[in-house]
Amino acid sequence: MPILSLDPRVNRLQAEQVSDDQGPVLAAGDHWPSYQVFHQRRRGEKHSSVGIVHAPSSEMAMALAKEQYGRRGETSNLWVVCSADVLEMDYADEDVFRTTPSKSYRDPAGYKVNEKIDAFKAKNQG
Amino acid sequence: MMTNSNDFPTGPLARYLLQIADDQLIMGHRNSEWTGLGPILEEDIAFSSVAQDQVGHALAFYEFLQKECGADDPDQTAFNRPENRMLCNGLVEQPIGDYAFSLARHWCYDHAIRLRYESLSGIPNPVLQSLAVKLQGEVKYHTFHADTWMKSLLQGSEESRLRMISAIKEVWPLALGMFESWVGEDDLLNEMGPNGHPWYPGEAALRLQWQEHALQSLQGWGVDVDQGALSKLEPVLGGRQGFHTEHLAPLLDEMTAVFRLDPQAEW
Repeated sequence: MPILSLDPRVNRLQAEQVSDDQGPVLAAGDHWPSYQVFHQRRRGEKHSSVGIVHAPSSEMAMALAKEQYGRRGETSNLWVVCSADVLEMDYADEDVFRTTPSKSYRDPAGYKVNEKIDAFKAKNQG
Repeated sequence: MMTNSNDFPTGPLARYLLQIADDQLIMGHRNSEWTGLGPILEEDIAFSSVAQDQVGHALAFYEFLQKECGADDPDQTAFNRPENRMLCNGLVEQPIGDYAFSLARHWCYDHAIRLRYESLSGIPNPVLQSLAVKLQGEVKYHTFHADTWMKSLLQGSEESRLRMISAIKEVWPLALGMFESWVGEDDLLNEMGPNGHPWYPGEAALRLQWQEHALQSLQGWGVDVDQGALSKLEPVLGGRQGFHTEHLAPLLDEMTAVFRLDPQAEW
């Protein structure tokens, strides 16, 4: 048998080498769906989106997400949500946000209270 | 100079811990053979992580044996013992086979470890007690991971179901061998835990607990278990006495190849 690899594990597999066009063909439905993973560092904090895993069920998604996203650093909890269950806005509708950056009056920084505070302080000290 | 750690640490507790450590070392090494070859990327990472945990558990027990029982340092204990001084069971020695076999073994093995750690968490020794509690968290994930795959494949397609069932049949006699009785078992049986009860139930009791849980799970996943046929299967024994299946020697050769280049090297 020819040596396929310097890795003894690969040789043990005794797998036949297949070219790309001989490989298995998957139908669209054969692919596992993706699940969005949300990670919570400590109890009480919010869950934040950290990435996806592919899995055949939400339970399996959780089993796999634990090692992909919870094996380093601090973790208190994980959520997994099937990506198909997420309602996504269409990028074609991105124009609904076009004028938002110019509406600075909606920014709390637009309220000028420092003059009033200074006046109040001056009055109470005087 | 090359020395072999020929002497077992003395005492039944040390021997029991060495059995657990050797099981974890060899199981972790075997499972790590899937790294880079797993069925999908996410599972490759998850299963590799389980393997890494298991080698870590072996190290924790080897360290305890060194500090408290006069054993050699963990590297020597792990990598410099001849085959007949290893105390692992035949289940962990088997080659990885196909993924169905590796999953069935993972499921059998980690539920047995779960039971051992549960009993170990009742031991009077506070160092071991807290170690057992710490490691239980990782084993909880290992069993969740194994259960999820078993359920998924047993309730998947007809092919996945048949392949899993055939893997379970192949694994079963080897799994029963995990509970081989061993020299010193009776002494450990009489050791009391802090609550005044023995903390170690003995291999026969552990085997019963394990089997009851395994059969219950299989039935829950819709497998029609022929208990009569199962009870006729002979356990594969010998590991706890240093008699091993033919698969351990080549594994040790490969696992210790780098270590043997310079057994005294600092890593």
